[in-house]
Amino acid sequence: MGSRASTLLREEEIEEIKKETGFSHSQITRLYSRFTSLDKGENGTLGREDFQRIPELAINPLGDRIINAFFPEGEDQVNFRGFMRTLAHFRPIEDNEKNKDHTASEPLNSRSNKLLFAFRLYDLDRDDKISRDELLQVLRMMVGVNISDEQLGSIADRTIQEADQNGDNSISFNEFIKVLEKVDVEQKMSIRFLH
Amino acid sequence: MSVRVALHSPSGSRSFLERGLLLLVILILLEGTVLTLGAASSPDIGAQDNTGGHDHRDDHRGIEGSRGNTNYTYTKKAFPVLSLDYHHIQVPFEISLWVLLASLMKLGFHLIPRLSSIVPESCLLIVVGLLVGGLIKLVGEEVPPVLDSKLFFLCLLPPIILDAGYFLPIRPFMENIGTILMFAVVGTLWNAFFVGGLLYAVCQIEGTYLSQVELLPCLLFGSIISAVDPVAVLAVFEEIHINELLHILVFGESLLNDAVTVVLYHLFEEYSGAGEVTPMDVVLGVICFLIVSLGGIAVGAIYGILAAFTSRFTSHTRVIEPLFVFVYSYMAYLSAEMFHLSGIMALIACGAVMRPYVEANISHKSHTTVKYFLKMWSSVSETLIFIFLGVATVAGPHSWNWTFVSVTVILCLVSRVIGVVGLTFIINKFRIVKLTTKDQFIVAYGGLRGAIAFSLGYLLDKDLFPTKTMFLTAIITEIFFTVFVQGMTIKPLVDLLAVKKKQEAKRSINEEIHTQFLDHLLTGIEDICGHYGHHHWKDKLNRFNKKYIKKCLIAGERYKEPQLIAFYHKMEFKQAIELVESGGGVKLPSAMPSQVSMQNIQPKKLPPAVAERALPQFTKGREEEIRKILRSNLQKTRQRLRSYNRHTLMADPFEDGWNDFLLKKQRMIELEKKMTEMSNYLTVPAAPPDSPTMCRARLASDPNAFYNIKASSDGVPTIQVDLASPQSPDSVNMLNEFSKRGATDQDLGQREGADRDEDQGLMMKPSSAGKEEKGEEEGGNKNPGLMRCLSDPGPSNEDEEDEPFLP
Repeated sequence: MGSRASTLLREEEIEEIKKETGFSHSQITRLYSRFTSLDKGENGTLGREDFQRIPELAINPLGDRIINAFFPEGEDQVNFRGFMRTLAHFRPIEDNEKNKDHTASEPLNSRSNKLLFAFRLYDLDRDDKISRDELLQVLRMMVGVNISDEQLGSIADRTIQEADQNGDNSISFNEFIKVLEKVDVEQKMSIRFLH
Repeated sequence: MSVRVALHSPSGSRSFLERGLLLLVILILLEGTVLTLGAASSPDIGAQDNTGGHDHRDDHRGIEGSRGNTNYTYTKKAFPVLSLDYHHIQVPFEISLWVLLASLMKLGFHLIPRLSSIVPESCLLIVVGLLVGGLIKLVGEEVPPVLDSKLFFLCLLPPIILDAGYFLPIRPFMENIGTILMFAVVGTLWNAFFVGGLLYAVCQIEGTYLSQVELLPCLLFGSIISAVDPVAVLAVFEEIHINELLHILVFGESLLNDAVTVVLYHLFEEYSGAGEVTPMDVVLGVICFLIVSLGGIAVGAIYGILAAFTSRFTSHTRVIEPLFVFVYSYMAYLSAEMFHLSGIMALIACGAVMRPYVEANISHKSHTTVKYFLKMWSSVSETLIFIFLGVATVAGPHSWNWTFVSVTVILCLVSRVIGVVGLTFIINKFRIVKLTTKDQFIVAYGGLRGAIAFSLGYLLDKDLFPTKTMFLTAIITEIFFTVFVQGMTIKPLVDLLAVKKKQEAKRSINEEIHTQFLDHLLTGIEDICGHYGHHHWKDKLNRFNKKYIKKCLIAGERYKEPQLIAFYHKMEFKQAIELVESGGGVKLPSAMPSQVSMQNIQPKKLPPAVAERALPQFTKGREEEIRKILRSNLQKTRQRLRSYNRHTLMADPFEDGWNDFLLKKQRMIELEKKMTEMSNYLTVPAAPPDSPTMCRARLASDPNAFYNIKASSDGVPTIQVDLASPQSPDSVNMLNEFSKRGATDQDLGQREGADRDEDQGLMMKPSSAGKEEKGEEEGGNKNPGLMRCLSDPGPSNEDEEDEPFLP
């Protein structure tokens, strides 16, 4: 399976992905084999049902949202490029990258890009604000069915109240960043992809 | 008056200093003399009651007649009205005296502010121990061997470890478990062999007169001295407030290296007699290590689950709940020690396993009790340990050898540094957040040795190890070096290197929600990648926990409670308590959305803590939620609110459905109060009756209440006009206006507001009482509730409310 996988992935493509996402050669190959194993239809792209076939994802409260995050706006299939682009957000930040001057665009796994990814998961309607309803939806997913609506509502209110600084009763991206400044996002949102 | 002045002046603080020092000296003298007495009659603390001495003492009292036990014929002697019988109570008395000394020392150090900021407590305590030991020696008596290994390992060490284990921050511990284990196991092994081996090499050098020290005793010595000591680390790191990661690294290492130490110690001790170690023994040693550590953890976990299960049924006997926590933990420790497994790891495992379940089951008071008892015992234990170290140093016996001791100290430092640097190099390949050089330095520098090393050395058999005294001297010197030199300098070094300090802020609900969110997210991503990492297993464990374990171990319905909700409740509870303590009962309604311009007044009054949390918008539902929570959790607040609402006409406002009315009522009452305050010392000119404010107010208020207020206000103002108070001439007219219109809140928002309120609040007390009563009479048989409200100006209102709630 390994050799077949690598023939389908051209060297130039690997180089491009490497440049864009910062993954190493072996990581890209490994993830490509994972991609193909998920791709039951063998058409080089993944659809939503391919993701939903992963058992653990089904019981993950945020499963649907995570799956949606892979698909660009309005599309139903994601190719390997897009797959890697999304996963690149979770690459650990390396020291040498911290020192690179920002002539190029910010790397995908920078702290603020990681946070933006998480923010987009809350903010479904893409209006750059987490409204009370959006927050309530997420809370409901995480907490389960046993808690009453009003209790969830008060938690949501309190959350917004803590974070909201400009008084618009929703959390903007900047407020989101500010709230999480004490949390070690570099560690929390990084997966150590095996070499 | 002069006393008060003295307290604040520098000379006053010096008198504190003098008092503190005097206290210390007196205590030391007292301690010394009593212990000398004790030492004189029996050589060590663990002595049994001396029945023979009983009669001896009787004789001393000069009672006529012969000794009771040799004389069978009854000789009449004078009835001993008062007799001294020290031996009867000797052992507990001496123990209590030591504990008292330890506690008073702790007190004393904090009275001398400058001292405790420069020198860490542990150093001071060792010095005190040295002084006491010196005193005892000076009097000529033999110093009791206080740091007896049995006493240390069975009584003094467990409370400290249990305290550490119960409050172990699980999350950072587990996230860094790989690093911690590396440091604990590999690091300690490295230290032991490096120090032991090089020491042996040094001993073999000609001219040091140490050639009789063989390899195995050296290795044993190395293993004893290489272990980082949790007591010392806790004592020093507690005061430097370093960031969580470094704290958990050094502390976790000090806890987990116990298994390594136990195995090495027993291994070398066993085979020192034999004189050599075969490869087979090494294999056995490795197996032993696995058994010791895993066995210890298993024993601890079993007892932890037992404790959690027991706590499920304690809902009717809340008083003994804390006892279960302590007894099960102690038994875990003893059981592990029975099998020569690692008792420390058993204690940690027991505390960590039982905590989430026990805390879900026991009452809030029991939780507080457990917390305070653990802190108290561990604190006293720690103090005693350091004092005893000092005393034991004086007790000796010592055999000083310059070469051995100095080489030990140097080698320990060197091996620690090399070990940390080398291990970090390897570890950083696997860590997401790498350890920087600064971190490495702190980890290396924070490797303090302590009393465990001393006790282990003390346990050595003198016959097998003729150089025991030399070892002990070296161990004590190393301990002193690390505690004094490293302990004292680590704080300025931390500041110098600008190491990240601990973040004191409380965890906000945002952080909690988003952290959980990120956990789920990362688990999902890991599943997509097919990468079974950290998050995957944590998620699996959580799921297993929720599905099976919580059901068994948590009483009632609470097992279904998601973590987020539990956290939220805890937070609200804490905030509610703070609100109450800051006198927030009055201030709670102030956060309501007021169409009335109350907002202009109240915000200034809020204490800073509450003001931060004061909502710009505050929905009714939310307020009711808070009140519900307060209702169920806080007796005090509920009473306060109820008495606050007692002044309403309607039935119990806590019935559901009175939400809106409740709000309005409270607003009205607030307004009434303000109005009476205003009418007493009106320096604020009221708005003209037709002003929009007044119209708004009238519209907003409940017509029912409106009428009542109008009625009662009629009675009040007429009297106050007579009083002499600093008022502008305008106010008199305003008063008349009041009586005409029965106005409500017109004055409130308009003017200066807050300061005025406070002033009025202060001024009101002396004169208000009398005139209010008059007003009451005058008002006739108006609604008594309202009259009481009106007759009760702000400050004294709270006083009255407070009384029923004092226990």
